[in-house]
This record gives sequence, structure tokens and C-alpha cells, in this order.
Amino acid sequence: MRLHRLAKHYFAALGVALLALPFIVDAMFGHGWVRIADFALLYIMLALGLNIVVGYAGLLDLGYIAFFAVGAYTYALLGSPQFGLHWPMWAVLPLGALFACGFGVLLGAPTLRLRGDYLAIVTLGFGEIIRIFMNNLNAPVNITNGPQGISGIDPLRVADFSFGKAHEWFGVEFAAVHLHYYLFLAFTLLVIFVSLRLQHSRIGRAWMAIREDEVAASAMGINTRNVKLLAFAMGATFGGISGGLFAGFQGFVSPESFSLMESVMVLCMVVLGGMGNIAGVVLGGVLLVVLPEAFRHGAGPMQQALFGKTVVDPESLRMLMFGLALILVMLWRPAGLWPSAQRRRELMPDEAVAQQERDTVYDVSK
Amino acid sequence: MTSPLLDVHNLKVAYGGIQAVRGVDLCIAPGELVALIGSNGAGKTTTLKALAGLLHPAGGKIIYAGQAVQNLAAHQRVAKGIALVPEGRAIFARLSVQENLLMGAYSRNDHQEIAADLARMHELFPRLAERNHQLAGTLSGGEQQMVAMARALMSRPHLLMLDEPSMGLAPLMVQKIFETIRDISAQGMSILLVEQNARLALQVAQRGYVMESGSITLSGQAGDLLGSAAVRRAYLGG
Repeated sequence: MRLHRLAKHYFAALGVALLALPFIVDAMFGHGWVRIADFALLYIMLALGLNIVVGYAGLLDLGYIAFFAVGAYTYALLGSPQFGLHWPMWAVLPLGALFACGFGVLLGAPTLRLRGDYLAIVTLGFGEIIRIFMNNLNAPVNITNGPQGISGIDPLRVADFSFGKAHEWFGVEFAAVHLHYYLFLAFTLLVIFVSLRLQHSRIGRAWMAIREDEVAASAMGINTRNVKLLAFAMGATFGGISGGLFAGFQGFVSPESFSLMESVMVLCMVVLGGMGNIAGVVLGGVLLVVLPEAFRHGAGPMQQALFGKTVVDPESLRMLMFGLALILVMLWRPAGLWPSAQRRRELMPDEAVAQQERDTVYDVSK
Repeated sequence: MTSPLLDVHNLKVAYGGIQAVRGVDLCIAPGELVALIGSNGAGKTTTLKALAGLLHPAGGKIIYAGQAVQNLAAHQRVAKGIALVPEGRAIFARLSVQENLLMGAYSRNDHQEIAADLARMHELFPRLAERNHQLAGTLSGGEQQMVAMARALMSRPHLLMLDEPSMGLAPLMVQKIFETIRDISAQGMSILLVEQNARLALQVAQRGYVMESGSITLSGQAGDLLGSAAVRRAYLGG
């Protein structure tokens, strides 16, 4: 009972903190950082989607950003001057998610028999194919506007309420970035909720069984084909939602937002944060969006102060530090920064379990 | 004789161009414990995998409980009551013992009965009750074999197929596992036991088949096979 009440207090505090965050960030660092918080939420959704495929089902997907692209382009094509279509957000977002889901099955179906390295290579190819399609679908019929991308995309809007304009309530002004923050927060919470429910469901256990041993899983009565397709489809759906929100937020999409590097970044969030653990994945998403940005803004002035000039271009320094951080985390915390209880037990067994393991090796006779 | 639970006609399995199983016939009556013995590479595991639906046969018929099942997928056969304890145990190493057992009941939906069966498994294998929340991959080989058997039983099968349960285990543990197989059989379970350890298998079984390079070369009552000169020479070391 007490614990329950304590947990309630924690959640209430966390809720208030999340609601107040854009104002605190705005006051301390300015508008630009609220925008970065918005992006962090989009990436968290992506990372949670990929976590289903990689973390739960154990299928290494290196082309995940393609589903983000499908969601974003769906929104862009149906809500911009490109075709003169201006469909409402409540129609376009689910449609983008649905298309992404379809592409997830499209990728999943031919790769059902592949695992590990082979699957990684095929998914990597798939990601590139989508990007190259977006890049070249401007001739002979112009669909995507090619490398120039699509601009003038409709802002996210529900009925008459536009998230793209500042609003004032109770004498407090909510800028567009603030409004987007709340919208994305709502979607992120929805994605977290669905992830949690999936993790402890029959389907979630089936995914984990397939990750552990696919042959044994099918001998247990799991329809491995359908369950794997479902993992691809669910992961892709989250990617598609995030993509649609991205297009509406940004007002502009172009193929270069969906490069292989982006897939790698999302995968890093999952692995670095803690594969299979929702809290870990969220942490990974936040860190990998915020830290590089902090570095971008901080590295230049710091070098000025230390050496009186810019010695290393902050952009290259950022990648260098990113690589270094990845190596260090994997060396010191191989299960990720915030691993699931399972991975923790496996990679960092506590003394009691370790002792039990030592015992079992010698007492087969019992 | 009552109609058999499993009746296999002329089963053929090929890997690419290589025929691993060349027309196997075998049958199992309800409640019977049948051993399939033979040396390494004789096609025993391939036969079991084809029966479980993990491999597609190139030809032949598998009649189970009066129905042809050779075209059903593995998960559909589990639902019909065919359970396999795979070679090398194939437990889910990073799931706990309990989660492994629950995976065995994946095809079932009756939560109360599943809980009751879990308790039954703990009775049958008290060791697993102690290890309930430990990761299955950290257990000893014999305990992992227990997990694999209990997991298969959790699907409430009518036919239990065991692939080399003695493999890689200490002699004492092998004794224990075979005692359990005898117990399960005594409770009325139909069992197909694949073993390289021919003597042990024929000691617990009622009937046996001897397999050699993809075909059944000998079959009969287990006691007769144990006494047969050919079997003694080939598999029991004189």
C-alpha cells in the first residue's frame, strides 16, 4: 500500500516535470532547445519501434529509417501543395502508419528465413532502396520532387487548432515548439504504453522465444512466420507515426533525412540505452539527441575560450566523441546504460546467482 | 491391435539432393514407448524433425490419430498434441525456467490448467521448482534436459518425441532422466524415443526400430532386439 502511494507520488512528480519541461528549457536555453526536445521525442518513438524488432524479436534491422521515411512522405504527399492535396492530420497520420506497416510486412516476408548478418544486409539494402526511390521518383512522373524534397507541408492540425502557430491561454503564450512538444509527448506515451503491454503479452513472449531459439519456438507451437511478420509490422507502424509527425513538424522532407546514418543512430539508441528495456531505450534516445547537440553548441565556444581559436571543427569533434562514447559504454556496460532485468542477470550476475551457478556445475548427481 | 496413434508410411526426407531418410515405416500404439536407435547420421533426428513438422518430407504419409498431418505446419501439429524435445535440448537460454515452461503451454489458453500443470512439473522435477526464476542457460546439462522435457509436457501432448535425451549428460543424470521417461510412460503417454545409447533405450522401451543410413533395417520387441546378435554386434559392443 505504502509502496503504491509512493509510486503514485513519483508518477505525479514525473508528470509535472514533463509538462513543465518546455518552459524550463525555454527559460534556461532558449527556443532552439525546445525544438531539440521535440526531436528527442520523435527519436524515442523510433527507438521504441526498433526495439520491438531488435530488442524483443532479435531481428537485426539496419534499414529501419525507411519506415520513418514512408510515414513522412505519406504525410508530405497528402498534405502539401505537391499534389494540391490537403488531407487532415487525423486521416494522414494513420494512413502513414498503415503504409509503413505494409512496408514492414513487405520487408519481413522475403527475409523470414534469414537471421543475423544476412538479415542485417538485406534490411540495410531495403533502407537504401526506399531512400533512393524517394530521390529518383521525380521522373518521368514527378511524385516526390526528387532530391529537392517537398516543402510547404501542412502543419499538424486538429480541426481548426494548428500546432504550427503560437496560442495564448490564461495569459501564457504557448509557442509552436511548445505545442508540438505536448503533442509528441502524448504520442510517445501512447507508444510506451503499447510497448509495455506487448512486452508482457503472449506475443511478447513468443518474440523472445524466437530471439532465443527459432526452431524450439516453432516446436512450442508458435507460428514463427506470422509472429515475425507482426514484429516487423508493429515496429514499422511506430516508425510511420513518428515519420508523419516529423513531416508536419518540419514542414519539409527530403531524402537526405533518411540516410543509413539515421538507421544506425536509432539502432545505437536501442543498444546503448539497453536492448529490450523500455526505460533504457527512452534514455538512449534522449542522450543521443541531446548530447551531440550540446556538443555542437558547446565545443566551439569552449575551444575559443581555451585556445583563443577553433582548433577542430565542432562537427567532426562531435562524431569523434560519439564514437568514443559508444566504445566506452560497450566496454563498461555491455548490456546498455539501463538494461532489462534479464540482460542484467545474464551479463552481470549478482553473487547469489553466480554462487548457485557454480554449485550446479558440480552437483549433477542430485 | 487397436488403431495406432502414429502411423508413418514410406517417409522420405531430403536435404538438397541428399536423401537422409529413404522410406521409413513405423507405428506407435497409444500408450506405447517405442525406441528408434541407430548410429550417428542414420537419419533418426531427421525423421523426428519431419514428424514434428520442422522439415518438409519429400514423400510419404504421416497419419496421426487417424488424420494425415504431413502437410501441417509445426505449430499446427503441436496444437494436435505432438510435442518434440529437440536434440541438444534447445531451451530458451535467456528466459527463466518458469518462462521456458510457460512457452511450452503457448498453444493453450486455459490459464488455471496451465498453473496446475506448472505445479505438476515441479512435482515431477523438484529441481526445477528450486531453479524456477533462474535463467535456463545457467543450469547444468541435466537440469536443462529436465526443462526441455517439462516444457514439452506443458503442451499436454498425446505423443512425446524425445531426441537423444542422454546426450552429453553424466551417467547418474542419464539414469535419472530415463527413470523419468519410464514414469511418464507409465502414466500412459505415448513416447517415441530416439537414442544412440541403444541398450538404455531398449531397456525402457516396449518395441524398437533400428535405423541405418536412412532406412529401418530391423524392428521388433525391445527384449528381442536386445538379444539379437545383429544388434548386439552393431550397437551394444558384442
